[in-house]
Amino acid sequence: MYNPQLNAQGELIHLLTTEGLPRRILNQILDKAAEFVSGGELVNQKFADLAGTSVFNLFFENSTRTRTTFEIAAKRLSADVSSLNIQASSTAKGETLLDTVHNLEAMGANLFVVRHSESGAAHLIAKHVKPGIAVVNAGDGRHAHPTQAMLDMFTIRHYKGDFTNLRIAIVGDVLHSRVARSQIHALSTLGCPDIRVIAPKTLLPTGVENLGVHVYHDMAEGLKDVDVVAMLRLQNERMAGAYLPSTQEFFKYYGLTPEKLALAKPDAIVMHPGPMNRGVEIDSAVADGDQAVILPQVTFGIAVRMAVLSIVTANQKGLL
Amino acid sequence: MKLDMKHIHIKNGQLVDPLAGTENTGDLFIADGKIVGVGSAPAGFVADEVIDATGLVVAPGLVDFAARLREPGQEYKATLASEMAAAVAGGISSVVCTPDTDPVLDEVGLVTMLRQRSKTLDLARVYPVGALTRGLKGVEITEMAQLHEAGCVAFSQGDVPIADLQVLYRAMQYAANFGFELRLRPEEASLVNDGVAHDGPYASRLGLTGIPVVAETIAIAQITQLMRATGCKVHLARVSSAAGLELIRAAKKEGLKLTCDVSINHIHLVDLDIGFFDSQYRFDPPLRSVADRDAIVAALNDGTIDMICSDHAPVDDDGKLLPFAQAERGATGLELLLPLTLAWARANKIALPQALAKISSTPAKALGFEAGLALGQRADLVLFNPEASWYVIPEKLKSQGKNTPFIGHEMIGKVAKTIVKGKVVYSA
Repeated sequence: MYNPQLNAQGELIHLLTTEGLPRRILNQILDKAAEFVSGGELVNQKFADLAGTSVFNLFFENSTRTRTTFEIAAKRLSADVSSLNIQASSTAKGETLLDTVHNLEAMGANLFVVRHSESGAAHLIAKHVKPGIAVVNAGDGRHAHPTQAMLDMFTIRHYKGDFTNLRIAIVGDVLHSRVARSQIHALSTLGCPDIRVIAPKTLLPTGVENLGVHVYHDMAEGLKDVDVVAMLRLQNERMAGAYLPSTQEFFKYYGLTPEKLALAKPDAIVMHPGPMNRGVEIDSAVADGDQAVILPQVTFGIAVRMAVLSIVTANQKGLL
Repeated sequence: MKLDMKHIHIKNGQLVDPLAGTENTGDLFIADGKIVGVGSAPAGFVADEVIDATGLVVAPGLVDFAARLREPGQEYKATLASEMAAAVAGGISSVVCTPDTDPVLDEVGLVTMLRQRSKTLDLARVYPVGALTRGLKGVEITEMAQLHEAGCVAFSQGDVPIADLQVLYRAMQYAANFGFELRLRPEEASLVNDGVAHDGPYASRLGLTGIPVVAETIAIAQITQLMRATGCKVHLARVSSAAGLELIRAAKKEGLKLTCDVSINHIHLVDLDIGFFDSQYRFDPPLRSVADRDAIVAALNDGTIDMICSDHAPVDDDGKLLPFAQAERGATGLELLLPLTLAWARANKIALPQALAKISSTPAKALGFEAGLALGQRADLVLFNPEASWYVIPEKLKSQGKNTPFIGHEMIGKVAKTIVKGKVVYSA
């Protein structure tokens, strides 16, 4: 199938999903991000990659963390950044998604960072923007969150070196998680031989095994000898209703405690996309423990977003 | 002699009669809105017009069992005039329209007005299906008997299932009392929830909320149970799943008065076609898996599915240029009913009379008339070239709704003329 993220030369011009991207491009993002990191910290200097570029953060869905990291990333690359909280403005007055986008194009936008509650919104925008304008998906519905997945890949590569002999468990609300889907596609492409998802049946999407994962409903079995535990956030609103009976029961069976983590390899790392629900999906002793790499993830997130913004901008300009 | 009561001699056509199951080359003579001669002219017949049908199939006009005409209330999507023009351009002489207009067809006055407007247009015949409950709200049943007198051929909820089984039970009892047929979309709303696509691996991959097959099978099980309890005749509209078809097959075998249809889209498309969230592929029920599509084709071939409908639903661009889950459901279909039916027939080596039966004689029978080519039958005819190919170009469609997943596709089978009540209402 035609891949709308790539131009005719196979270069990345939008980042909408990790699905279908060749390994070459995933590595390009990771390698570029590595240029912005030194000794596990962000390189403390400003780059000119996005000088003269207008970046619009279009957040149709609330997010502080992701929006802030995109803002920081764009500013470190010398872009002019505008962040719009669309829910509170245009769409409330009846303007459609594409009307909003076309108006901002008329204001000289070069790059849109889009978060939207509906799956496929970033694809829709990418299909309708003018040539030369890049779209980066900052999370759409349950579909994809590619920069989060790539910062997870960066983190894994930072601590584990290579993907081709790793056992990785993704734990929690896979059903509603765009992060999990993007992680699974990226890990598959990068050659991870054993990707596991661990969740109760109510929080797993139909046919999830078709994505190339091994399915576990039991933490003890699923965590055995894994190298990486990627926890997912569990929205509290899922607790009421028919998905799960209670926070307490979920934590008892699927929360990551020191005892359960002990089933993984001794040097296993623990990741979480944040914000964490302590005592719901993760025990504080684990979240604050030696194996947690949750704060480095945040740092790497800026480097990865810088890498993505830099690459798509350069490719849109035809400079690479 | 009135202009529309011309004597027409159709010469040398491939006469395909789905009612009789026959196919012959020959002539047809029509007068006064009826077929008055097959093969040879009746005594004293003088033709006002001779149509050379060499190379063309001459068949009964098509009967589309489910189309949304949008008027009244949604004229920005389509008007009766635009859609009737589309119908006859598609070879359709009779259109069954669903009650989900705005206001819905739940009052005699509205039904009368719709019929009057369609008569004024004088293109295809319109057969309204009345609302089963007031405002399609699923609470109070409508004045079915009076709506029937006003011209409603059956009663339905459009695409809005009745949530309360007590209401459905009473509605079926009441309809059975008069011998009316209900046309029900088998779907359990609580299982649809906020679903937008077939609940399968592809929707999971795209992060689209799924509508499980069990939403259809539960509804079919409930409806068939209520049929046993009430004796009501039911037509199941737009069946989409293999499991649903299995239940229908068993119910028919048992002898229930049950018929069903499928849309042209579900014969040819599957959930995988959604690609990168292409809202042209958003349908209700959703496009299901390859296995379901194959079961639909098999059920058409073996007769479990009685008819094919266009499921015509004109949608404007504003309704489609939205994220998949927010986009409007449906596609234009009146002009695609014939070629997409022929495509199914060709792929499955179904003879032309049997194929056309799914879109003419069988739905006609359900409406109470015969669509065939025998003496005395209605001079509602379609003449088409079964080999001619054309491309679906939105601007060239007569329908005001230009959205369809088949944009750019090649269609084989092109309507040359449509005749309704003995009068040529469309010429290519």
